[in-house]
Formats: sequence, C-alpha cells, structure tokens
Amino acid sequence: MTKRWYRAPAAALVIAAVAATPALAQKKYGPGVTDTEIKIGQTNPYSGNASSYASNGRTEAAYFRMINDQGGINGRKINFISLDDGYSPPKTVEQIRKLVEQENVLLVYAPLGTPPNTAIHQYMNAKKVPQLFVATGATKWGDPKHFPWTMGWQPSYQTEARIYAKYLLESKPDAKVAILYQNDDYGKDYVKGFKDGLGDKAAKMIVAEASYESTDPTVDSQIVTLKSSGADVFFDVTIPKFAAQAIRKAYDIGWHPLHLLNNVANSVGAALKPAGLEKAVGIISTTYYKDPSDAQWHGDQDYKDWVAFMQKYNKDSDPADNNTVLAYARAFTLVQVLKQCGDDLTRENVMKQAANLKDLRVPMLLPGILINTSPTDFFPIEQMQLEKFDGKAWVLIGKVLGS
Amino acid sequence: MNALLHQILSGLATGGIYASVALALVMIHQATHLVNFAQGEMAMFSTYIAWALIEGGMPYWDAFALTILISFLGGIVIERVVIRPMANAPVLASVIVFIGLLVILNSVAGWIFTYTVKSFPSPFPAEPLWNNSYISTHELGAIGVTLVVLALLFIFFRFTLLGLAMRAAAENPVSSRLVGIRVGWMLALGWGLAAAIGAVAGMMVAPIVFLDPNMMSGILLYGFAAALLGGIDNPAGAVLGGFIVGVLENVVGAYLIGTELKLTVALVVIVGVLTLKPSGLFGRVLVSRV
Amino acid sequence: MSATSEPGRAIAAAGEAGAARRAWRGAGLALLLLAAVLLPFLVSSYHAFQLTLALAYAIALLGLNMLTGYNGQISLGHGAFYAIGAYIAAILMTQFDWPYWATIPVAGLVCLVAGFLFGLPALRLEGLYLALATFALAVATPQLLKYKHLEDWTGGVQGIVITKPDPPFGLPISQDQWLYLFTLAVAVLMFVLAHNLLRGRIGRAIVAIRDHPVAAETMGIDNAIYKSLTFGVSALYTGVAGALGAIAVQFVAPDSFNVFLSISFLVGVVVGGLASISGAVYGALFIQFVPNIADDISKAAPWAIYGVFLIACMYLMPRGVAGFVQSAAARLPWRETKKG
Repeated sequence: MTKRWYRAPAAALVIAAVAATPALAQKKYGPGVTDTEIKIGQTNPYSGNASSYASNGRTEAAYFRMINDQGGINGRKINFISLDDGYSPPKTVEQIRKLVEQENVLLVYAPLGTPPNTAIHQYMNAKKVPQLFVATGATKWGDPKHFPWTMGWQPSYQTEARIYAKYLLESKPDAKVAILYQNDDYGKDYVKGFKDGLGDKAAKMIVAEASYESTDPTVDSQIVTLKSSGADVFFDVTIPKFAAQAIRKAYDIGWHPLHLLNNVANSVGAALKPAGLEKAVGIISTTYYKDPSDAQWHGDQDYKDWVAFMQKYNKDSDPADNNTVLAYARAFTLVQVLKQCGDDLTRENVMKQAANLKDLRVPMLLPGILINTSPTDFFPIEQMQLEKFDGKAWVLIGKVLGS
Repeated sequence: MNALLHQILSGLATGGIYASVALALVMIHQATHLVNFAQGEMAMFSTYIAWALIEGGMPYWDAFALTILISFLGGIVIERVVIRPMANAPVLASVIVFIGLLVILNSVAGWIFTYTVKSFPSPFPAEPLWNNSYISTHELGAIGVTLVVLALLFIFFRFTLLGLAMRAAAENPVSSRLVGIRVGWMLALGWGLAAAIGAVAGMMVAPIVFLDPNMMSGILLYGFAAALLGGIDNPAGAVLGGFIVGVLENVVGAYLIGTELKLTVALVVIVGVLTLKPSGLFGRVLVSRV
Repeated sequence: MSATSEPGRAIAAAGEAGAARRAWRGAGLALLLLAAVLLPFLVSSYHAFQLTLALAYAIALLGLNMLTGYNGQISLGHGAFYAIGAYIAAILMTQFDWPYWATIPVAGLVCLVAGFLFGLPALRLEGLYLALATFALAVATPQLLKYKHLEDWTGGVQGIVITKPDPPFGLPISQDQWLYLFTLAVAVLMFVLAHNLLRGRIGRAIVAIRDHPVAAETMGIDNAIYKSLTFGVSALYTGVAGALGAIAVQFVAPDSFNVFLSISFLVGVVVGGLASISGAVYGALFIQFVPNIADDISKAAPWAIYGVFLIACMYLMPRGVAGFVQSAAARLPWRETKKG
C-alpha cells in the first residue's frame, strides 16, 4: 500500500536525478555523509509554550523512518537528529551549533519558527551549511542574493495575505475591514502583506485592528471591539485555538461579517469543529494542501497513503493536526532533493539541487500546485487557492493563484 | 454605551474563569500558606481526565463527579508523595518542586493527549438565555458554579469542625497538634480540596477557551492576581477580585491603551493597588507583633 | 585551671587552621581559575560557546541570589533585567556602533536604575505579593519589547542581529574562545566584587534585613534604602549577564526573554544554593545543561524529564548543590579528626 504511491514518483526522480547529475559515477561527500548514511539536523520546540508545533519534527522523524525502511536514499539511510530548542532563540543557536560543529550534519532541515531561524540565519550562511525548507512563512527566507544557504518552503504569510486583499478589491471594494492578529512576527507579517495588497486603499478600508498574545485566555473582548467598529469584513490572523474562539464568539454575539481566515487555522478538525461547524459556514480561506479532516479528500490516493503512513509510523501524533500533513509534504521535498543529488552529496550540491526543482508534484499538496525553484527563486511553494466553507467541507473557489 | 456594556459583560465572563482559579489558590493557601504554581496545570490535567471519560461514553454529570473524586484523591496523593518530603525544606525549595510539577503535568498531558485543541462539552444549554447576545448560557452557568463553590467553601471553613481544624493547622501547627488535630492529614486534605476545586474550574473553563495542555498557563497569572487583589485569605474577595481583573482587563484593552499592552497595564494597576492596600481589597489586615 | 587555657588554645588552633584553610582555599581557587582559563583551548568551540552562556547565567544567578538568597526578596521576573541588558548591548552595537565591551557597563548601570526604581514600590510588597509583582514583570517583558512605539529601537518582533566580535590585538584564538575569556574575566570581576560586598558591613546588613527586619531597623539599618539598593545591584548583575549573553548569541528577540527564562533563573538560584556565591555557578551549569540532558532522554516529553530532575534535586539537596557540598565537606573524615 505505502509502496505503490511511492514507486511512480520514485521512477520520475531517478530520471530527474540522472538528468541533473552528469557526473554520477563520481562520489563526492560533504560532512555527515558516508556510503551508508546521510546525517541531517533540526531544531523543534519539543518543550515549552510552542510545543504544539513539535508535531512537525515528530512527523518528519517518522517520515525518514519510513524512507529508511524502504531502503533509504540511493542506498543511504537518513540519520535524522532533531533537538529541542523550546522556541527560545539562544537555545536554537546552541543546538544548531551542536549539530553543525559536533554532529557534523550535512544540512539543517526545517528548524521551526521565525525567531529561532532568524537567530541562526547569519551563522548558517557564514558556515555555508544549508538551512533548508525552514518551517516558517516569513518572507525573508527567499533571498538567495544575500543568504544563498537558506531556503523557505511554504507560501509566505505575505503572499497569502495579498491573495485576500486582491479578493476583497475585486469582490467587495467598499468593504470595511476589521483585523485580529497574533502580536508576533507571524501576525504582523500577515497584516503587512494585507495592507500592501490593499495599497493606498488600506487606510480607508481597514476600520479596526486588535491584537492578542498567544498566552491570552480568550479573544472575546477583541471580537466585541471589532464588532462595534461596524466592520463587514473580518480578517482573522489567529492560530487554531483562537480562531475557534473567534468564530464562535462572532457568531454568538450576532456579528456576521465576511470572515477571511488565515491558512494557519483553517483545519476542519482543529479549529472549525471545536468552534461548531454551523458557525463556520461561509468562511473564506486559502490553502495549498489537502486538509485530512476534510471529508472531500477521503477517497483520494494521497490521503490513503498518508493515513497508512500515520498509522504505521506516526501513531503518537494527532491526525487532525495539519502540521502532520505539512511536515509529510516537506519531508518528501527534502528526500527529492537528496535523490537529485545522487552521489554528489556536498553542501554545495544540496543547495544547487534544492534550487533546481522543476514542476515537482508533492503528495498531499492540492492538485495543480507544483514546486518550482531556481538559483534566483528560493520560494518553493508560491501557489494557493481560495476556498469557502459550506458547513461540512471546504469548497475550492476559482483556480490556483500565484506565480 | 452598548459596546461598553458588552465589554463589561464579556469581562465578567472571563472574570468568572479567573475567579474559579483564584478560589483554588485561596484554598491551598488556607491550608498550607503557600501558593501552588502547579494549580493551573493540575486543573488542566483533571479536565483531560473528564474529557477522556466523556469521550469514553460516560454521561456528563457522572464524569463531572468522578473527575472531582479522582482529582481530590490525586491531590492527596501528590501531597503525600511529592510535597510531604519537602516539609522541612526551605519555602523556595517547595516552590521549585511546584515548578517541577507544573512542567511535568504540562509535558505529560501533551504527550498523552497531543496539543490539538479539543472542544469540551458544557452541561448548560447552547441557546443564550432570553435570547441575549451578550453572554452565553455556559458563561452564566460557570459563574453560578463558581458562586456555589464559594458558598460551599464558606460554609466549610466557617461552620464545620474540619474546616476550623484545617485553618488552625495552617495558622499554628504546633498548637493544633497539642489540641489533637492531625496536622499532616489536614495538609493532605487541603491539597485534595484544592485539586477538586481546580477540577471544577478546569471543567468550567474548558468549554470557553477550549482544552489544550497550555489552557491554564495564561490563566494562572490572572487567577493569582485576582486572589491577591481580593485578599488571599478571603474566598469571597478572591472571587470578586476575579471579576474585577476580568472587567479591568477588557476596559483597559478596549478603551484606554489598546490590546497590545492591556495585560501589562492591568497588572501595573493591580500591583499599584496592592502597594496601597498590601493585604488586598478585602483581605484581613495583619498586624504583626514585634 | 584548664578551663581558661582550653578555649584559648582552641582559638589559637582554630586561627591556625583557619589560616591554613584560607591558604588551601586560595590555592584551590587559583587552580580552578587556571583550569577555567585553559578550558576553551581543550574543548571545541561549540562547548566554549555553551560555557560562555553558562558564565553569563552564573552572573545573572549571582545577582538574583543577592536579592532572593541574601536579602530574602523573591523575584520571578529577573528575566526582564536580563532582557534590558541584552537589548542595551544590541542597540548600542547596531545603532550607535559601540564596541561590544563598552556596552557592558552601560547595560549594568541602566539595570541598576531600573532595578532600584522597581524596588521602591516593591518595598511595600512581601512574599506572595512581591512574587506577583515580579511575575507580572516577567509576563509583561516580551510585550513591552514588541510595543510598536519602541519598535525603532527594539526591532519589534524581528529582534536585532548582532555581529560577533573578533579577538583584539590579533590574538591567534577563535571568536568563541575570545568571548569565553572575555566573559570569564567579567564574571571573575563580578564574583570578587560580590564576595567583598556580601562579606562586609553591607552584606551583613542585607542578611540582617532578611532574618529580622525589625531588629535590623533598630540597629540603625535603613531597610528601605538597603532593600531597594539590593534590588538595583541585583538587577545590575543580571543586566551585565544579559549583555554578555546577547553578544555570545548574536541575537535578541522578545521570544528569547519569556516567562520561562525568569523561572529558570529562580530554579538556578535555588538548585545552586540560596545565599551562596558558589551556588550561582552550580545553578548556571544546571539551567544550561540539564535541559539538554532531558532532551537527550525523551523527545516525547522533555519537560517531564526536566521536572523530575528538579524535584529529585530538591529532595536530595533541599539547600541546593552548594548546601550539599558544604555539609558533605563537613562530614569528610579528616575534618572530623581535626575537630575531635
């Protein structure tokens, strides 16, 4: 079952690999690579307040176990070392230095969070160690001119926010918008992208802004404030817990604006269901992957493969947690890069191949969304699609957007 | 005006959350003269137990009662096993043990139940009373439950022998022992009762904020502030303190300073009040003998 | 008869033994210092970096210990002063092009003032109330650092990236080794100053206030001034540590200074040993290295392991590592015989 889906892309990859690496016979190894092993490092918040995101690291570890069970990458097993940084930048620096200087990893893959990644950004580029597919949506990760060793993966928060702005300008140009955002880099990035997208109409259209702290008990008071601004559009930049609160509170106090919900919190299982599905009808969001708690994908082969993977390798993680899907797709992308590297497993070649992904279809990403990178394009996923919640499932609207 | 009323009512609803946590803190303080920093995490863990029971098919009120019982026993066990050995250690060593308990409970809950938020059922009807759009029936019900717990506590400490013995044991262990009070068991009982009250608080809070392992970490500070503002030796004051903190926070956030610094400003106000009235708004003024 | 000569002889013997012990201790400390100076050349630069952080923590813990251990005022908010120190260093280095070493005294002075001012209202708060006020400070710190009107200075949620200083005079050592030695030098200076301060008149006054405030007052100690000054000096130490830590990490951001940092400091002080200068070092090693050990043991629930370590430490050493070492040393056989 798990093998079947795997074979088709694998064949494609081998072809790609052959095409991409002419000097296949010649073995070139960077640090952390032997004939039998590729060493990869990572930090994740296994402890502390952000530990809900550590399902990323757990899923990735599980994915690499699966790859190893299937024989590894070109015969080499992945030795994946994921360390706890508690989402504290000083600890990230320490752990990453351990990985680079003690463990001699070939590359650092998908450290989680904007502040932790910012803390090691300079170091990774000074040391010339790949900081690949970082697990954050900030825009700064796609800057190959200044930081040729760092690459993002997911669509940036600003890209997504601009999609909502464009949608509003087209469908509701005289909207009065109220914004709720988390008071950190993630929330502010969305707000910036949204304002940029609205352009000079932003000042007129945005009538209220309220922030919350991720440690706040509720956002009820903010919703009341936003409602009293008279807004008829609600741009909701929150994580699932607060999205659920916001959806419920807005409904309960009789505020029914056009609700634009950021992708971070559009999981049916983790946000809409706790809020009450009937209260979430009509919400607009964007996505680039298949939400596993959304029934429309349950007949899909990608979904079935993912379920099989979750049951065999990742039992401890909650399948309603979208991070498990993202991590699964992200890990697939890394495996593809390593396959493309063939026997030239140097840090230089890893970056070269990461910047040489062409129309890559990744399991669990939406149909039509393909990964493309080049030496000047360090944004792997740049496409998203708008969707509307009908009370049971997300209904995709229009076509895939983005460059 | 309508908006202000709305903010105040919404503040009362969140204030009810703080009040219930403050009550548990007051309980443990009455019994031990310490503030248990793990109180919030204990309440969170109890709520997960209730959640598991309900998921397992148990009717709500059965699960409610069973969770309170389990939490009560759990509190006693924690006192006997974890806290008792620290009886003669410095106070700060106990505080560190509380911090240890806090991180253990938080981490274990995440490990067992994962970090995905879960909805927790409410025993109250989903429709708002009198069709109002200000406050949900659950929020009103939770405030009611808090007041009931408060009344029970008041009766317990004021009119029962056991309550009196418990207060005596905390106030003056040596004399209490002389009159035949088993001080050790009074402490254990205090822990059990605090854990039980925490369980009630958790089960009332979870439908509002949703259940996750970090559910209480943000609330604890508010509960702590509420308890001290109202007077840590006065359960009624602590509950009132909870409502004051909830309303204050909302009004500050909505009208005075904006949401970015509302917690900071609310805390500055509370600390400011405490410097003027160090025993809290409704606390007993302690005159220490020199 | 012998009743008079016996104590006299005992005192003389004790004096001799004291001098001998002091000599031994001096030699021991010198040896320890030598080892500390050589250390970065024996371990990898990654370990040198870890030890640099531990040294910075040790300075912070020493500051907190003055307040909590010696003066009896609890603080759950010292992460705030660490943050202030760190941001002062970062802002001066990036916006005003100050050399890294010059930012350290400024960080200390600013924190001295901040701590003193915070200590003034805190005078009226004791025990739990002080715990709440300082806890509130810890919670408010990241929010203040993110505040939009301070963003031009603090970089808001993005924080500030600092460049790592090179060793001076073209010394043939790595940046990490140099930073370690620099931090070590500051740490030694701060420890010596603290030792002199706490062993003298002022130190006795600070302790007297903790043990019996009323008696201290009647002895002519101005409790209010001493308590706020202790708060200030304690904040100064923590601020210096924050600046050193920021230079080593090369990055400051609101997320670096959350509530857990403040709680870690309290943990370090108590685990290391209250009212003990060497306790600061033990505590720093604990908060620097034990979380890593917990992470090695379990990815599923590292905090659970950390919590178990904490509780176990308090069971085995309720007076902290320093208290444990002291009572273990007192029980050594040769000490027994000398006394006997």
